Amino acid sequence: MAYKDELGRHGEDLAVDYLRTAGLVVLSRNWRCRHGEIDVVATDSERLVVCEVKTRSGTGFGEPAESVTRQKAARVRRVTQVWLTNHRVRWCEVRFDVIAVLAPPGGQVTVEHYEAAF
Amino acid sequence: MPLARAWSVALYGVDGRLVEIESDIGTGLPGVHLVGLPDAALHESKDRVRAAVVNSGRSWPNRRITFALSPATLKKAGSHFDLALACAVLAASGVVAQRELEGTVLIGELALDGRLRAVRGVLPCLLAARRSGARRVVVPASTLSEASLVEDLEVFGAARLNEVLGWLAGERQLARPGSVVAAGSAQPPDLADVVGQPGARLALEVAAAGGHHLMLVGPPGTGKTMLAQRLVGLLPELRADDALQLAAIRSVAGRLPVSGPLSTTAPFVAPHHSSSVAALVGGGSGLARPGAVSLAHRGVLFIDEAPEWGPHLLESLRTPLEDGEVRLARADGSVRYPARFQLVLAANPCPCAPARERDCTCPPSVRRRYFGRLSGPLLDRVDVRSTLEPLLALSDVDLEPGESSSSVRARVLAARAAAACRWSERGWRTNSEVPGPVLRSQFRLPREVVLPLDHALQRGQLTARGADRALRVAWTLSDLAGCDHPDQGMIETAIGFKEQRAA
Repeated sequence: MAYKDELGRHGEDLAVDYLRTAGLVVLSRNWRCRHGEIDVVATDSERLVVCEVKTRSGTGFGEPAESVTRQKAARVRRVTQVWLTNHRVRWCEVRFDVIAVLAPPGGQVTVEHYEAAF
Repeated sequence: MPLARAWSVALYGVDGRLVEIESDIGTGLPGVHLVGLPDAALHESKDRVRAAVVNSGRSWPNRRITFALSPATLKKAGSHFDLALACAVLAASGVVAQRELEGTVLIGELALDGRLRAVRGVLPCLLAARRSGARRVVVPASTLSEASLVEDLEVFGAARLNEVLGWLAGERQLARPGSVVAAGSAQPPDLADVVGQPGARLALEVAAAGGHHLMLVGPPGTGKTMLAQRLVGLLPELRADDALQLAAIRSVAGRLPVSGPLSTTAPFVAPHHSSSVAALVGGGSGLARPGAVSLAHRGVLFIDEAPEWGPHLLESLRTPLEDGEVRLARADGSVRYPARFQLVLAANPCPCAPARERDCTCPPSVRRRYFGRLSGPLLDRVDVRSTLEPLLALSDVDLEPGESSSSVRARVLAARAAAACRWSERGWRTNSEVPGPVLRSQFRLPREVVLPLDHALQRGQLTARGADRALRVAWTLSDLAGCDHPDQGMIETAIGFKEQRAA
C-alpha cells in the first residue's frame, strides 16, 4: 500500500475512534458505489452523520480541511443519496461533517471535527 | 472577538466612497469568502493577504472567514484593500484591538512577504476619506509625499504590515510626511527663443490672457510647436484646488511624480496623432481611466498636425471642450473626469507644405480636402487663429531676441485679473467662458464700436456664433490694453483672428 493510502487509512481509523468516543454509532466505512466513496457513515440516533475524513502529514500544502472543495462536497452528497437508497432509508435528517486529521511524522496527531461543514 | 471592522476607500474615477470592511470568523470549513462585488484584483487579495499575514509571523485563523465590503451594491476594484482586509481579519482574531481601527482608513497593497506596496489613486482616496470624516489614514510609505497634500488628516506611512500592526498595538511610531514639497518644475521654454512671428506672438498672448482656444497654421519650421510649448509659460500658476484636482487625476492615471507631487505649473499635454480615442478622452475596460484631455485639465492640450488626426479623434474632443469634463461609461459603471483644457491646434497649410506658399504643388482640391478634415463645429470653437509667415531672411530680423516670457506673462496676468474682476460675481474666470447673450445684453457695446461686426455678418464672413467669439476676443484685447471696454479697432483685430483662413 502506498504511503498516502496508508496515511489515509490511519486517519480514518483515528476519525472513527474519535466519533465512537463522541458517542456516535458507525454504520459504514469506505462505502463505495459507481459515483465514488464516502469515508464514514455514522448516526447519533437522531440523524445520519456522513463524514469526509481528510488526513495530511503536514500543512505545507495547506490545512487538511481546505482540500474539501465544492466538487468533493457535491460528490459526497451524491454518494449519500445512493447509500440512502441502497439501505432503504426512507427519510432522515443528514448532516455532512469533515474530520481533518493532521498526522505529522513523529509528531502530535490532531483531529479536528467540523460539524455541518457543507 | 469573531467580528471586526476596518475601513478603506473604493475609487470611481477621481471620486471615492468610504468602504467598511467587516470580517467574521465563523464555523465551517476553513476558507476565505469575499462578498460585496469585488473585481478580479480584489478577489485575488484573499491569497495575498493570507500569505502576507503568515509571512509577517502572525497566525492566520484556520476557520471560515467572511469579508463583507459595504456598501454591498457598489462594485469595488483594485488591490489597495489588502491592508484593510489584513487588519480586519487580525482584529477579528484578537491580534489587533478593534478600537484602534475606528476612524482609521487603511490603504495599500500587500506583497506576499508582508511589504506594503504603492498603489495608484492614493490622493483621491484620501480626499474621499476626509470628506467621510475619517481621522487618520495609513498609506504605503512610498506614497507619503502624495498623501501629505491632503490637509486636516493625520497621515501615516508604513513599509511593512508588521509596522502597521505594531503601531496599532501602540508599540511603535509610523513615518509621518515631511513638509509639502512644491514641485521643482522645470522652467518652461522661454518665448524669447522664437524668432520673429509678431502676429503669432500676439495670438498666443491673446489666447493666454482670455483662455481662448488657438490654432496656428504655417509651413513647417516656422515655430508652431515652439510657440505652443511656450503657452504654458504665459499662463498663471494653478490655484490650490485646481492643482489638487490635477494631482488627483494624475494619481489615478499613475502619473504622479513621487518627488514634489503637487505641481502648480499648468500642464502641457501633446499626444501623438496615432493615439486612440481611449488614450485621448479616457477609457479602458472595467472602469475608465483618465485620458489626455483630463491630464491637460487647467492646462494646454496641443494637437500637432491637426489634419493628420482621424476625424473621430477630433470630434471626440467636442464634448469635453463644451462641458469641461468627460463622462465615460464602462462595464463597471460610469465615471466623470474634469477636462477643462485650452486647445491649441497646429497645422500645415497643405500636405506638401513648402517653405514658401507659392511653391506649393498641391492641386486646390487636395488643399481643400486637407483642411476639410478639420470639421466646422470644431473650428468654430477655436476663437483665435493665426497664420505664421515663413522667415525670409535671418539677417532681416533684428537679431535682438524677442520679448521674453516673463514680460508677456506680466501683461497676461494683469489682463486675466481684470477679466476675473469683471466676471467674478457671475463665477467666470476668463473671457472665453462668458456666454454670448451676456456679452450682447448686459455688456453691450456702443453701436459704432460693433459696426465692423455687422459688416462682417452682412458679407457672410462670420456666423452669429463667430460674432460672439470675436466679441470675446475683443474683450481680451481690451483687457490686455488696459481699457474698460473694446473699441472699434479691437473688434476689427478680433475679426481678423477669427477670419484668417489657411487654404
